[in-house]
Amino acid sequence: MNVTVARLTARGLLGRRRGLLLLAVPALLLVLSVIIRAAVGQDESTTVNVLGTLALGTLVPLLGLIAGTGAIGPEIDDGSIIYLLAKPLPRWKIVTTKLMVAFGCTVVFGAVPTYLAGVILFGNFEGVAVAYGVGALVAGAAYSAIFLLLGVVTRHAVVVGLLYSLVWESVVGSFVTGAKTLSVQQWSLAVARQIADPGVITSAVHLPTAVPLLVVVTLGGSALAAARLSRLTLAGEQ
Amino acid sequence: MTTISIDRVSRWFGNVVAVNDISMRIGPGVTGLLGPNGAGKSTLIHMMSGFLPPSTGSVDIDGVPVWKNQAAYRQIGLVPEREAMYDFLTGHEFVLANAELHGLADPGAAAQRALATVEMEYAQDRKVTTYSKGMKQRVKMASALVHEPSVLLLDEPFNGMDPRQRMHLMELLRRFGAEGRTVLFSSHILEEVEQLARHIEVVVAGRHAASGDFHKIRRLMTSRPHQYLVRSSDNRALAAALIADACTAGIEFDPREDALRVQAVDFYRFAELVPRVAKEAGIRLLTVSPQDESLESVFSYLVTSA
Repeated sequence: MNVTVARLTARGLLGRRRGLLLLAVPALLLVLSVIIRAAVGQDESTTVNVLGTLALGTLVPLLGLIAGTGAIGPEIDDGSIIYLLAKPLPRWKIVTTKLMVAFGCTVVFGAVPTYLAGVILFGNFEGVAVAYGVGALVAGAAYSAIFLLLGVVTRHAVVVGLLYSLVWESVVGSFVTGAKTLSVQQWSLAVARQIADPGVITSAVHLPTAVPLLVVVTLGGSALAAARLSRLTLAGEQ
Repeated sequence: MTTISIDRVSRWFGNVVAVNDISMRIGPGVTGLLGPNGAGKSTLIHMMSGFLPPSTGSVDIDGVPVWKNQAAYRQIGLVPEREAMYDFLTGHEFVLANAELHGLADPGAAAQRALATVEMEYAQDRKVTTYSKGMKQRVKMASALVHEPSVLLLDEPFNGMDPRQRMHLMELLRRFGAEGRTVLFSSHILEEVEQLARHIEVVVAGRHAASGDFHKIRRLMTSRPHQYLVRSSDNRALAAALIADACTAGIEFDPREDALRVQAVDFYRFAELVPRVAKEAGIRLLTVSPQDESLESVFSYLVTSA
């Protein structure tokens, strides 16, 4: 961790309009939860539905996308990253710091609101709220790492990220069961399933598969991003 | 005292050769890297600043390769051409962040010193977005100076500066050069280089076209006729006397200027010939001025002959 890099990244992420966007998404989830609770009452299947599809299926990947790519992509695009890179600072430190900031964003704007939405919808019964909160936490870490890597590798990180989370995880996943094995969403559901009371949450992947994959993707993504950043060239800017 | 060594460096992008077998050594003092747009200047600076590996050859600072060597940035101050910086910061915050990233013992004092050097203290608390191009350039400069590097690399630093800012930056660079730092700046504008650097490296179409003292390079190019404008009390008589000598290749009478345009092929002999011939023939010399001492002409000559 480097404090200066973290400060610059956080200000870049939360400043401008992106900060409002990051705030709007969880706010929407909480407002919806209040409305649903008022309309439907305390209902387990509704809660699982809302938290599974809305929170874990949409909110967290979206936040991961905004925070992960936003933590590094714009700087690479406009070239200002040069001020970070032209320093006697190991590149992996820069990547790790940026990943921590992106992850922090998914915790504050993703995991915590998910837990709160769970409490609003279903109280603290059957461990549902905590389960989804923890699920959102680990998903946030994995998404941040994946999308940070995308932000380093390609200038079209947001498009590629959207394709992954919308097309692969949602569409392909719902038709091709095998695709669910390679889905951050399913991995985090596996974690959530373990925490909640048995039978409440379902997941296509078992915990022994999910946890190693989560770890590999998170660590591998950051390692690749660091390796890529240390070979970053500024050739194509003319 | 730091030396940048570029040894037999080529760099290509796909089929395009941006830098073609260039070797040069850049020592303390101010060196101008001159060449037209697209000549490979930025590619060279990117290689010197560790943001591009050479395809072949080596780029070293004091014998240590720059590529993938983050420790080299302790010595290097880089002023990139692109304008983007952390626009949401104030000038002071930006320079301070750079000082912190360098891990300096007292980043606050270093930032203040650097801002004072570039005379940007008066606007240091304004956001970078509100700065003019010249102000941004100066803050970039401060961020590059904050750790007192022994090497300063500047890519087209005078772009978009007004004459006063340009003068100020030139003075600054001269001072750094005089302090024994290795200062290299690129430019495609000849008068900039001419004003600031006596030592120049000329790059044309990816090749190293010339190196050394500007005037010396100019004189070394003996194959090239030098143009002079000569005005005297009797132009035609002088023309006849000058063309008799082998050091002149052609003389044209320009009635509009009421002067002679002389092409001399031997610089030294011509310089000696003109006053002697004039004296012998009793002709008064009114004007003898070189027409193409500017870098522009050296340049166009190098471009055509490269």
